[in-house]
Amino acid sequence: MNRWATGLWVGFLFSIPLWMTDQYYLHILIVAGIFIIAAMSLNLLLGYTGQLSLGHVAFFGIGGYTSALVSLGFDLELTDSYTFVFPAQPVWIAFLAGIVVAGFFGWLIGKISFKVRGAYFVIVTISFAEVVRLVALNWIDLTEGPMALNNIPPFTLGVPGLWELTFWRKIPNYYLVLVTCILSYVVIARLVGSRLGRAMIALRENEPLAASVGVDVTRSLVLAAVVSAAIAGAAGGLYTHYIRIIDPDVFLFIYTVTMVIMVVTGGKGTLAGPIVGGLIFGILPEALREVASPEMQWVIYGVLMILIVYFLPDGIVPAVSSWWKERFDAPPKTGEERA
Amino acid sequence: MDQFLQHLLNATMLGGTYALLGIGLTLIFGIMRVVNFTHGELYTFGAYMVFFFTMTLSANFFLALVFAMVLGIALGAAIEFVLLRRLRGASIDTTMLVMIGAWIAMQNTEQLAWTGVAKSVNHPFPIDPLVIGPVSVSWIRIFVFCVAIMLIVGTHLLIHRTRLGKAMRSTFQDRETAALMGVNINAIHTATFALGSGLAAAAGALLGPVFVLVPGMGDMAALKSFAIVILGGMGNFMGAALGGFLLALVEELGAGYISSGYRDGMGFLIIIVVLIFRPTGLFARAERIG
Repeated sequence: MNRWATGLWVGFLFSIPLWMTDQYYLHILIVAGIFIIAAMSLNLLLGYTGQLSLGHVAFFGIGGYTSALVSLGFDLELTDSYTFVFPAQPVWIAFLAGIVVAGFFGWLIGKISFKVRGAYFVIVTISFAEVVRLVALNWIDLTEGPMALNNIPPFTLGVPGLWELTFWRKIPNYYLVLVTCILSYVVIARLVGSRLGRAMIALRENEPLAASVGVDVTRSLVLAAVVSAAIAGAAGGLYTHYIRIIDPDVFLFIYTVTMVIMVVTGGKGTLAGPIVGGLIFGILPEALREVASPEMQWVIYGVLMILIVYFLPDGIVPAVSSWWKERFDAPPKTGEERA
Repeated sequence: MDQFLQHLLNATMLGGTYALLGIGLTLIFGIMRVVNFTHGELYTFGAYMVFFFTMTLSANFFLALVFAMVLGIALGAAIEFVLLRRLRGASIDTTMLVMIGAWIAMQNTEQLAWTGVAKSVNHPFPIDPLVIGPVSVSWIRIFVFCVAIMLIVGTHLLIHRTRLGKAMRSTFQDRETAALMGVNINAIHTATFALGSGLAAAAGALLGPVFVLVPGMGDMAALKSFAIVILGGMGNFMGAALGGFLLALVEELGAGYISSGYRDGMGFLIIIVVLIFRPTGLFARAERIG
């Protein structure tokens, strides 16, 4: 896609709240946008380094929980006599804290789990997400467990006392998600285009060969995991402050699967893939809501995922772009060539 | 001390079914190199089939167990035939994605078929537990344990004493050479997946009357099977059998002495710790079957 088309797209996305007056559609787009950010971050690991991380929702949830807790404040009874009290912080600081903490866990999990590959790696990442879910469920002093954290403050913009905009409504939230989405896209695009990105792709294609020409395997993978986790944490923070409630169900494996389906359908290892997949699977559930129960929808997704792996293994974006090249960019056959 | 003995007994009783689950999964991984995400769904399927036969059709309980296992074998064979056969030689990640898709479709089909309301299965055993000195155990659990042990021994004999088992072991060691020696690899794969699925369905059928049935029950079973397989080393039969008992023991002790909320978390902690310090599993010299 060239520069003009990109500009046109971004302009179109910015214009949506101006003509889309139905708040419900805007809500769907906001949630889809949040999941697109998460899917883009997963794509960095799944698509570019080739590591099938199935615990990705953990970073999303950690970002969300951290952001919620920092913005609400919390106290921890460390000993009988001493209670650690953490005062509530502004939402922006909480959001950044969520990103940092998620990134830290990305580093930690990267350090631990990149010792193994393939099936082992997948299972370690699933286990990690399940452990985090159980902690969120059982550490009631901190997380309120199944009672959930309520009344999480929304984002605010401006200077306290002078002028403030609190993001109660859909439109500011839409723009916030859109801007974060674009920022994440730019970060990932820059990273993938950099030396580190080429190292990641080399590792995906042939790890021993990449290592033999001097790619620092663990360092590259861990860095990718940190960036990926931090972006997923940002998505979690956006989600928390938009929905304004968070409970341990946010860590359910099914959300990781949703992200994986988005990435695989759109095209793993392409920048546009998670966006296309995210839009499809962000909007499809709402479109199907009238005709199919949620269970039926999940059956459809499962079957769809199988069909895509069989018939469109690279995903929609590579298929469409190769079709486009064949159709329009084919070199014209000249007389000399034929002769 | 009495409490400890009770935990030990509970763990042994539970461990039998865990071992069944683990053996089924480890066979499939070892021979087919497939990370079987549908394993937990076969477990759920077995449990619901027992419910269907005993409660809906009011068939005999023991007959229902046999039916459930046979249908589990058939379903496993069908999954292999329809989904996996054409993926031979595909990367492990590709098959994993397909199996995840199949798992989600199956789980939600079960949800549609049986609704989310928890169901329970009646069994013909007396409610009063057997009391041996300081410890007690219910009759149904003794029965479940005995059947599980019989199935484990049966599977072991199948692998080590029959032609089919020999063909399975040779496929595990070297697929190409086995094929050259006249082993029908397609048939072996179908048989392996059917056997592994049958064991999962049997585990579900056996534990169905002990716990209650919900469509999502397979998730924990699948994740625990992964833990058992990793504990024992992938593709290691005895490792999976021992791993099943070990996981049950760790869970039982963890629930008894630490916190029951973290009972299900023990398996995942085991996975993480084992993979950090001993990625080939506790009992492995190398990955192998038998």
